[in-house]
Amino acid sequence: MLKIYKNKWPELFFKISCSRELYMPIEKDGQIWFGKWNEDAKVRFDELNTVKSPKDFFFPQSENIVAFKAKGKNISILEKRDESQPFVVFGIRACDAESLKILDRIFLAEPIDTFYKTRRENATIITLACSEPEETCFCSTFEIDPVNPGGDIATWIIDDVLYWQSLTKKGHTLTEDVKGLFEKADQQDEEKIYSHKKGVKVILSKLPLQDLSLEGFKNGNMLAIFNSPKWRELSQACIGCGTCTFICPTCHCYDIRDYDTGHEIQRFRCWDSCMYSDFTRMSHGNPRHSQIERFRQRFMHKLVYYPANNEGVFACVGCGRCILKCPVSMNIVKVARTWEANKALEVKNDE
Amino acid sequence: MNRTYCDDNMQEVHRRNWTHETLIPKLGIVTDIRIDTPDIKTFRVIGPDGGVCFSYIPGQCAMLSIPGVGEAMFSITSPPTNKDYMEFSIKKCGCLTEWLHQIDVGQQITIRGPYGNGFPVETDLKGKDLLFIAGGIGLAPLRSVIKYALHYRENYGNIDIVYGARSAYDLVYLREIQNEWRIAPNVNVYLTIDREQEGWTGHVGFVPDYVKELNFETDKTAIVCGPPIMIKLTLKALEELGYKKNQIFTTLELKMKCGIGKCGRCNIGTKYVCKDGPVFRCDQLEQLPEEF
Amino acid sequence: MQRVTELNELMRKKAQMLLENGIVNRIIGWKKGEFIYDRTPAVFQDSDELSKLIYDGFCGANLSKYLIQESKKEGKILALLKPCDTYSFNQLIKEHQINRENVYVLGIGCPDMIDINKIRSKGFKGILKIEEKEDELIIDTLYGQKRIKKEKALLEKCLSCKGKQHVAYDELFLIDNMISDNGSINRSMPDCEEASGLKKVGIASRDSRPKKDPYEMVEKIEAMTPDERFAFWRSELSKCIRCNACRNVCPACVCVKCIFDNDRSGIASKANTDAFEENMFHIIRALHVAGRCTDCGECSRVCPQQIPLHLLNRKIIKDINEFYGQYQAGADTQTPGPLTSFKHDDVEPYIIMRKGGHK
Repeated sequence: MLKIYKNKWPELFFKISCSRELYMPIEKDGQIWFGKWNEDAKVRFDELNTVKSPKDFFFPQSENIVAFKAKGKNISILEKRDESQPFVVFGIRACDAESLKILDRIFLAEPIDTFYKTRRENATIITLACSEPEETCFCSTFEIDPVNPGGDIATWIIDDVLYWQSLTKKGHTLTEDVKGLFEKADQQDEEKIYSHKKGVKVILSKLPLQDLSLEGFKNGNMLAIFNSPKWRELSQACIGCGTCTFICPTCHCYDIRDYDTGHEIQRFRCWDSCMYSDFTRMSHGNPRHSQIERFRQRFMHKLVYYPANNEGVFACVGCGRCILKCPVSMNIVKVARTWEANKALEVKNDE
Repeated sequence: MNRTYCDDNMQEVHRRNWTHETLIPKLGIVTDIRIDTPDIKTFRVIGPDGGVCFSYIPGQCAMLSIPGVGEAMFSITSPPTNKDYMEFSIKKCGCLTEWLHQIDVGQQITIRGPYGNGFPVETDLKGKDLLFIAGGIGLAPLRSVIKYALHYRENYGNIDIVYGARSAYDLVYLREIQNEWRIAPNVNVYLTIDREQEGWTGHVGFVPDYVKELNFETDKTAIVCGPPIMIKLTLKALEELGYKKNQIFTTLELKMKCGIGKCGRCNIGTKYVCKDGPVFRCDQLEQLPEEF
Repeated sequence: MQRVTELNELMRKKAQMLLENGIVNRIIGWKKGEFIYDRTPAVFQDSDELSKLIYDGFCGANLSKYLIQESKKEGKILALLKPCDTYSFNQLIKEHQINRENVYVLGIGCPDMIDINKIRSKGFKGILKIEEKEDELIIDTLYGQKRIKKEKALLEKCLSCKGKQHVAYDELFLIDNMISDNGSINRSMPDCEEASGLKKVGIASRDSRPKKDPYEMVEKIEAMTPDERFAFWRSELSKCIRCNACRNVCPACVCVKCIFDNDRSGIASKANTDAFEENMFHIIRALHVAGRCTDCGECSRVCPQQIPLHLLNRKIIKDINEFYGQYQAGADTQTPGPLTSFKHDDVEPYIIMRKGGHK
């Protein structure tokens, strides 16, 4: 365990940014984003969640995959891949770090998505333990430990000191580069971290969503939940925007489209949302013709389908972004609660 | 539920075709265009060096695209026994298909695949009497299996083919049906059209009703494809004849973008049509939400 | 808070009565959520469900747009509308989007709406409870009790409130006239016996709070040099994540199919790749709702990136007012819109050009 005082942080950031691109939670126009660090950047470690999650670094909202040039009847395929450079994302919370594992199960499964894989390999992830959880946090539902956030390097900020613990080979390599700036943490520091973690755990136990349970979604209740009349009520207010999808760290659906740049046809992929009306629209019809089906798909995917295909792992990490940002305050917690309260009854009735 | 319906070894070979990035297509050249019906054309496609663009099994699909127009999934209608070219029968119904219907021979397109599980031609279907039931363009994915079974005739039992369309003009592969399928040993073809038509001496009526009328023995394995409503009613008809759900296969279509089960739009419950389908046995479908 | 609870009781009773009398067959209002501040628009069909109906300072969502769909259904729906929601309601009536016969508008007084994001941006974390005390909000958090002046926590739209008068209603249900001068609640139900027909109970809430000039920021932007102005909007609009929340929530965005959803239009739509398109999406949208936008402020309220989208609309409203005379969209259902009618004294195009170019 290493430590560094606040006055030396800029030096640390500078040192990291010399060898790799460094991204951190930075304030821009009143919003906190993962942005590229420079000396003028306003780093905001105090904010719990960035607006968009760090999934952008690995699965960007839009990226070019291939280009074409057409001449008469002939087409040439131009593979121009942006080579990803080694980079560091500093300040990822435990929930967001966990979300990458959920994305890995999609993009690193055969056939491997090489765009994603390259970025994953190039990234060194420095996590930041949570000190002040929000009332909207429910990571504990997914057994995520916000005070031991994992990643390649885990850090804790207590008062004006940042503690640094390298956890992986990638972490060790980066640590080697910057070691000179740190002091070694001593016994007293360890104790300080220990009691800090304990303090945060007390807060965690008081969170209003601490008791949220997803038991009702386990045990193959797929058809019972799918056919439940409750989706009508739940989806009623949904305006069919993509806010929840686009700020979610685990949503990973995408679209592939062509764009005529005037010089060539650029094929790009971009985030898509199952909440959008054109998501499943084909020229001869749409199997999800109203917002009920679209809304249901999003939550069935996260709470039933994904777990069924991935050893019971839910595609949610409890970051709480959707709670804060949904224009009509409808979110995964309300869906989960629906099958939590009377789950036994529900299953029985539907069977 | 976890079984994928194709020969494991065969699928393994196709998986190896997934090289550096499966979203990036290859070139294909259209070498022949056949007009099947007023709104269906069959396109013959070869790779830039001739031959098929990749190997595949009956029932698998490919993503075809005209850059700048769009990309969509089509079933490969030619059998894998043909190594010289691939064929796609395409009905004009959207942006890309309209465009494809306007192209001439020699046009290059892009192609990627193969996608999907395909029909279990080397396992579940082997040695069985086969009953193919198709409506309209629904014969396209079945043609690959039919021709495969005709090629390896000794591996399969009797073959019955029930095929219907709106009118006589809408029946695809009519020449092939008459000249190849009908004359093959132990093959029966039953054609039908929805409404009476001048010059048509064959059966008139909807496919599901015709299936009931023909009163097939229940020891066959049925393979059904067509418009959703036709599939639905045919399944009902087969059940009335005494068929069990695990005797019936169908192939489905939903909107697809990636073809590899990642982009998230072609799922029926936990299954992705592009990866876990498009071929499903009906008892599997029964366990999935009704959303197709 | 006590007051809010009791008023909610009265409101539920009122709703229940209209439901049970068969005057309406369902009610659109807001539903309690997990937290003190999350209120979801909801349709209630049974009187048993009404215990979840709530109305308080967190019900900022404008319900008028839901009535486009709801009013096409069987039977009459009771709509709880705040004063500013009734402007959108009128505008939608004018545009023949809402079937007026199928809506029973219960105008409800507005206590000014609180913006939870504003509270958060002041650094309050772990918000558990918010109570109103005089002009202050007392906020219980996981990290202790905090206070904030209410006026510092209001939704942007409330800062330049159009006033507490409803411009459309079948009946009014106002908070203030149920509270007597000594602050106690008048528990008798105002006029519930004859619950049909147009009537107005008492007077609207008095609005004593000083209002912010809605065009203050617009004027600031107008005073910028073109380069500064471009930089301002580029910076703001570059935050856009193309979630379409502004469009989908907007009561003036009623196109069955939006041009930005047309995959044959040759635009990147949901991809935020293209700066030009990002700008144009918002500018085209603002222009498309020009003359119809009531300045309800929903676009800015729902923007996850807090882009001040309402400023685009206000700029257009301000210009319309200057060119065609004072006009408030949705003030009534009759007056022809300034951009959809022609008068002989309408401003000549060159004046618009001149103004647009130099300001």
